[in-house]
Amino acid sequence: MKISESWLREWVNPSVSTAELCEQLTMAGLEVDGIEAVAGEFSGVVVGEIVEIEQHPDADKLRVCAVAGNGDTLTQVVCGATNARKGIKVPFATVGAVLPGNFKIKKAKLRGVESFGMLCSQTELQAGDDDSGLWELPQEAEAGQCLREFLSLEDKIIEVDLTPNRADCLGVSGIAREVGVLNSCPVNAPQIAPVKATIDDQKQASIKAGCGRYVSRIIRNIDITRPSPLWLQERLRRAGLRSIDAVVDVTNYVLLELGQPMHAFDLAKVSGDIDVRMAKQGEALTLLDGQEVTLKDDTLVIADANQALAIAGIMGGLSSSVTKTTCDIILESAFFEPAIIAGKARSYGLHTDSSHRFERGVDYELQVQAIERATGLLLDIVGGQAGAVVEEVNEASLPKAASVTLRRAKIAEGLGFAIDDERVLDILLRLGLTLKAQDDAGWTFGVPSHRFDIDIEADLLEELARIYGYNNLPVTSLRADLPILPINEVVTPLARLRESLVTQGYQEVITYSFVEPKLQALFDPNADAVQLLNPISADLSAMRTSLLPGLATALMHNVNRQQPRVRIFEAGLTFVPGGTGPAGLTQEPMLAALLYGDRFPEGWAQGKEKSDFFDLKGDLERLLSLNGPLSDYDFQAGVHPALHPGQTATIHKAGRQIGIIGALHPSTQRALGLEEPCFVFEVEQSAVLGGQMPTFTALSKYPEVRRDLAVVVDRGVSAQALQDTVKEAAGDALINLKVFDVYSGKGIDPLRKSVGLGLTYQHPSRTLNDEEINASIAAVMAELASMFNATLR
Amino acid sequence: MENLDALTNEALELVAKAEDLAALDYVRVEYLGKKGKITALLKGLGKLSAEERPAAGAEINKAKAQVQEKLSARKDTLEADAINARLANETIDVTLGGRGQSAGGIHPVTRTLERISQIFKQAGYQVEEGPEIEDDYHNFEALNIPSHHPARAMHDTFYVDAKHVLRTHTSPVQVRTMETQEPPIRVICPGRVYRCDSDITHTPMFHQVEGLVVDKQISFADLKGTVDQFLKAFFEADVPVRFRPSYFPFTEPSAEVDIQCTQCGGKGCRVCKQTGWLEVMGCGMVHPNVFTSSNVDPNTYSGFAFGMGVERLAMLRYGVNDLRLFFENDLKFLGQF
Repeated sequence: MKISESWLREWVNPSVSTAELCEQLTMAGLEVDGIEAVAGEFSGVVVGEIVEIEQHPDADKLRVCAVAGNGDTLTQVVCGATNARKGIKVPFATVGAVLPGNFKIKKAKLRGVESFGMLCSQTELQAGDDDSGLWELPQEAEAGQCLREFLSLEDKIIEVDLTPNRADCLGVSGIAREVGVLNSCPVNAPQIAPVKATIDDQKQASIKAGCGRYVSRIIRNIDITRPSPLWLQERLRRAGLRSIDAVVDVTNYVLLELGQPMHAFDLAKVSGDIDVRMAKQGEALTLLDGQEVTLKDDTLVIADANQALAIAGIMGGLSSSVTKTTCDIILESAFFEPAIIAGKARSYGLHTDSSHRFERGVDYELQVQAIERATGLLLDIVGGQAGAVVEEVNEASLPKAASVTLRRAKIAEGLGFAIDDERVLDILLRLGLTLKAQDDAGWTFGVPSHRFDIDIEADLLEELARIYGYNNLPVTSLRADLPILPINEVVTPLARLRESLVTQGYQEVITYSFVEPKLQALFDPNADAVQLLNPISADLSAMRTSLLPGLATALMHNVNRQQPRVRIFEAGLTFVPGGTGPAGLTQEPMLAALLYGDRFPEGWAQGKEKSDFFDLKGDLERLLSLNGPLSDYDFQAGVHPALHPGQTATIHKAGRQIGIIGALHPSTQRALGLEEPCFVFEVEQSAVLGGQMPTFTALSKYPEVRRDLAVVVDRGVSAQALQDTVKEAAGDALINLKVFDVYSGKGIDPLRKSVGLGLTYQHPSRTLNDEEINASIAAVMAELASMFNATLR
Repeated sequence: MENLDALTNEALELVAKAEDLAALDYVRVEYLGKKGKITALLKGLGKLSAEERPAAGAEINKAKAQVQEKLSARKDTLEADAINARLANETIDVTLGGRGQSAGGIHPVTRTLERISQIFKQAGYQVEEGPEIEDDYHNFEALNIPSHHPARAMHDTFYVDAKHVLRTHTSPVQVRTMETQEPPIRVICPGRVYRCDSDITHTPMFHQVEGLVVDKQISFADLKGTVDQFLKAFFEADVPVRFRPSYFPFTEPSAEVDIQCTQCGGKGCRVCKQTGWLEVMGCGMVHPNVFTSSNVDPNTYSGFAFGMGVERLAMLRYGVNDLRLFFENDLKFLGQF
């Protein structure tokens, strides 16, 4: 909310500078977002009156004016504005004046006619946005008077960013109250005298649940052609509102001053009595801004005998609005319950000054005062006769005045120190609370009707802390029991996995949890991914079911920026339909990595060979070995829609698939526009992080014996199957088994391959003899021969 | 015995000329060996008288020792030369880079999250996590934000369905923690959060760390102390910290926390919009309604909560000037951390 400092200071005027005042407000929770001057910097500008005006002899568009205001004689000024005419009063920059932008006014000759100064528009003075011509000042302006003084331009616009709980400060009165409390100085509210009814006309109103108070009054015979006085227009302008006509201006003025939204209807357009009721489902209403809305039956409206005239507390309708021909009006000042207004404006795509206030809570005892204020202002401007104030009250929809007990002990307990009683009472009473009772333990306060955010003891603590100053409250170190808690050693911290990947050359990335549906389908065509109801854009609309689309996006970003080699990983949740989590989803923490480009970074010491499946698999195996034996995991040839059917393995642990690794399918690669093969893995974090407790095995003092076998088997036989068989057949003394070579080609049947197996034997308590080793090797060969038709090479 | 001098000189000359160990060995065998020429002279001693024999023997042994000495010295020299030659030959350019993979790196957000976690863990806080697709109850209702509360407008919420949202803050983890743990509670809850907002200073996803302390007699002064100590620890500097009253439905009293601008030291600059202060987190005393929703008795317990934006802290700590860089994942950016 924007307000003019001079207006605020009319209410409350502590002897603090603008900067101090704004600092006070900010530190009291009314954050000042900006302070701006109400007009540009200029000097030497006075009120000028055009006394004579005639056509320039040599220019169609210029006129030569004789202007009063600079000294006792008239000054000749050449002017091009179309509204320049005899008798008007305008800003007059005299010779020597400096306009905004350090623009100096000098004596000049225009088409041969001398000009001593310049007549100005609002924009030339940066005092408004009307650039249609000269700024016509009211007639009461006195020629020669300093313009800055006349318009009170030594003023600042203070913009306060209010939190939703402080609706009471959505008016000058509320902010003035705060300033008064902060400075312990009096607040001078304007005297609002009731306006006596001079006519008998009045409208009855019937009100329903949701409307707690409906106050209205008829005013007849207004002269709508009379504009609002300059001071009023200026105050509106400084609050960011444009002057429309006197009726709208006055209702806006009261809104800004007291925080009470008001509305005026054209009496001639209202048939019968006022009916504040729920809208009929589907009822149509054309709003003031021309928008046609179809009302829902949860919306409170102001209606007459025939139709809805306005959405209560949000916006008036066009048909009953005040126009240039209006002469009789009904003023409305009402209280609507926040709960009945909340969310409604937004449901119609609206947000108005009125709905903003009613949603948050308008002082429910303000309505009569506000209508008297508006009537008084209005009659002064447009004349007319006022009828009596008609007030309808629906107690059920009026908030109950709350009372809150504050225990003295709770102040010390909650804030960390005690505030003396006198200060407590001073702060709370100045804030408008009333003391209802008092005893040794503390006080009971009545909450004023303008505070919707004070309900419980903690709210009063906040008020005390706020006014006392958060930064004046003590600071303590938290004291607490510090029990020593166990750490589950079997679970590896994710950080360790990250570090391991980093030392293996991988860069961590963080990608959005929502991805482009098409890209997701490329990696997970069967997943029924959750779609956001209101995505930020179509390409960020599907919740990811895999981390791979995100990694692919990050890869493409970098490949498009000349990165020849990309090794990246991400850890995060996937959102997989099914399961018992919120929204019927499983939110599974996954870890995925991607490898693209050369095996090694370019360098003098290493070749330029491309990465392959086994580069990534090796990296993954090292990761899996961090906290437990690699033998806990089992790799099996597998399939995945985005991966190469011959270069994909599913990863299993304890008989359950926990991940996948493979090369991108050539068609996936093409769809992503990648020139080279790309390898990925994705595993469940829970499986990888869970390991085994190490258990000690005594070291054997006896020598190891190594035997190598080169066996020839069919190409389709997997290394895993061979190794499993060897381990099974070799006996307990086999302590290590390696595949040291795989060969197919010259000298080998084209359908077969040779696999080199290195077997290491060692006995824990004695030296093994040749016979034992030979017997084991024979058993191994026999088993390999029977299982895989293996022969020695 | 003139033969001895000649042989000795001959041997010494050969030692001096020897260019390798083999040549030296030849000299040793030829002159000093069992059948060597100088050794052979010893055999001639028998022909001498008993009086002459000791002196002549001594002469020969002296000559042998002299040759042996030179021979050893020459051998040392040759060996040293050989090593030096080998070293010279094996000298490499040690300034060339090493072999193998280059190191990757941790994302700056993770780095910052871990730093924050570490600071709190050393003070005895536990780390708790929660789901990112949350139900309306935990994200809003249990945090004292009923539907249509104006505070919901502060959260541009992504909806998954009528009852589920992408969590707009990490505060629901507070509720989940209180639902399952008995006080005293000291936890931090790091994680991804989502707001339907995207421009130069907003990304639709970002990270927060929420903190929650619940115990008997926890005061606002404890909250101030905790936040103040954390910020000084995080920035490793005695940064001025200030607390401003604010509003969050789930805390009362509530505060925004500012630190003095790290860029200009409080003088006012573009980064702090000339205010000299930078907003870094929100905090407050847990609202009794939140306790009640989570079955914690507000008459027995009190507590505080705080929440900070991780990207914001990372930007200030590392001087990053564009939030969006964090999620573009450009290796040239990520490699800087």
